Amino acid sequence: MAIRDHVAPGSAESGAEINAELSGLDALEMVLPPRPSPWARIWWSLWPKLMAVAIALGLWQIVVWSGWKPDYVLPGPGPVFRSLFDNFDQILQGLQTTMQRALIGYALALVFGGFVGVAVSQSRVLRAGVGSMITGLQTMPSIVWFPLAIVLFQLSDGAIYFVVVLGAAPSIANGIIGGIDHIQPVLLRAGRVLGARGFANLRYVVFPAALPSVVGGLKQGWSFAWRSLLAGELLVLASGKRTLGGLLEFNRQFSDYAGLMAVMIVILVIGIIIDSIFGAFDKAIRRRYGLIDAATQ
Amino acid sequence: MTSHTVSPVSEEPVSSVPPIETGSAASAIAFDDVSKVYGHAGNAVHALDRITLHVQPGEFVCLLGASGCGKSTLLNLVAGLDRATTGTVAVEGTTTLMFQESALFPWLTVRGNVDLALKLRKVPKSERRGRVDELLDLVHLREFDTKRPHELSGGMRQRVALARALSQDSDVLLMDEPFGALDAMTRDILHDELEDLWARTEKTVLFVTHNVREAVRLGDRVVLLTSRPGRVAEEFPIAIPRPRRIDSPEVANQAAAITTRLREEVRRHGDS
Repeated sequence: MAIRDHVAPGSAESGAEINAELSGLDALEMVLPPRPSPWARIWWSLWPKLMAVAIALGLWQIVVWSGWKPDYVLPGPGPVFRSLFDNFDQILQGLQTTMQRALIGYALALVFGGFVGVAVSQSRVLRAGVGSMITGLQTMPSIVWFPLAIVLFQLSDGAIYFVVVLGAAPSIANGIIGGIDHIQPVLLRAGRVLGARGFANLRYVVFPAALPSVVGGLKQGWSFAWRSLLAGELLVLASGKRTLGGLLEFNRQFSDYAGLMAVMIVILVIGIIIDSIFGAFDKAIRRRYGLIDAATQ
Repeated sequence: MTSHTVSPVSEEPVSSVPPIETGSAASAIAFDDVSKVYGHAGNAVHALDRITLHVQPGEFVCLLGASGCGKSTLLNLVAGLDRATTGTVAVEGTTTLMFQESALFPWLTVRGNVDLALKLRKVPKSERRGRVDELLDLVHLREFDTKRPHELSGGMRQRVALARALSQDSDVLLMDEPFGALDAMTRDILHDELEDLWARTEKTVLFVTHNVREAVRLGDRVVLLTSRPGRVAEEFPIAIPRPRRIDSPEVANQAAAITTRLREEVRRHGDS
């Protein structure tokens, strides 16, 4: 240590000594808790879900056994799953059409909602003018739009997309506005100091900084799109395509209640799968951004 | 009456208005009679009041003061993030500002953070990799280049922020209490590192702190500011030879003298 006082700053010796001290400190700081193995994590996220499914099926079977409704009105899990396997081709065709519509509708909503959200977040005039209207639109049940949609687009895919986009875009726009509003000011300041202006500022600073809180809006947008879509498929049957919503209505009319419930289960499973995709996405982002406490992950 | 010559934060040369030359012609930073008032008439707050301060190129100046002395306002004026109400601020060359929080982008790795700073300065991709390596070597963090900010300690984050600030290749480095949130041991080592970097890069440094010993440890000159309104109370040239140690008796003695003066200033506010 005594040598230090005779070493000029900027010389090789002082650099080496600082280096040694720094790497000592760094090594002390950099002890991270080990993450559990992937298999352990999958098992821990899976078994509570399987347990919950088992309990739900059990309760359902108990209600059926209680004789509250006749078997043909309220079939038990057995006949419903048999119907699901027997009519798998039909359901798969319906699933294809419905998912295709959902993805196209959601993509359109992302484009519109994203554009409006970014524009409103960046402009004081737009925010004053349109901001509260977006929230208003978000609270409107999508079914309310159908009469108008049918007048404008008749009973066509156009009417369904119209309602899906109007249902989902406000949530997406609001999520983006909220995400951008909640960016830490110091990050924006740092961007400014580094010379980020205009589009470069949006691309390299604002969008990535807003991402973790935007994901919630994207997820909510999806659930609005999915609900609007199925409501639409129940109402707009004339397109001649096999859809999940159409199958529900078809099975009800033909008193195939096991078939009806099989389709409902498919809809539920899709919802759970999409939700867990968003959940995984959200968690990956939060881990990347350091928003998950290492002790609780 | 009012004229500003504020450097842009980016790499472009100083604005077309030539620096107003007052006093020593070669000042890197020249404040002449600068006041900054926030708000209007009745509830106006004088953040800075008739500050005159000249910093020579390559000089290390520490601004010291209790809270409310307008230290950060002063840095913002130099960085061009704010404008003086009256008086002139002239900056020779370009500036970069470093904050108390590292303000690193959490979605980017250590390398990504420094690389983005270069990208925003339009440094071509082919040169960036090598530049990032050099900068990370300067702060001894090359081996951590794939880590993200949340995986680093506070001191390491500030060193990445320092590398990012140095990537701007600006003539003046503005530091707003950059080590204020760090533990004492880390801070001491970073003082050594900063002194070392400053000696090598010959930058002008304007360093804001409320820690008297830190100011004496680092500065060629310590400028004591008063609070509300912020004025220059006194300047202390620090003649202690470098490299210095924060626990050396010379540093302690100088710091004690300045602390006495600082306390007088603080007491003035208690009386009113």
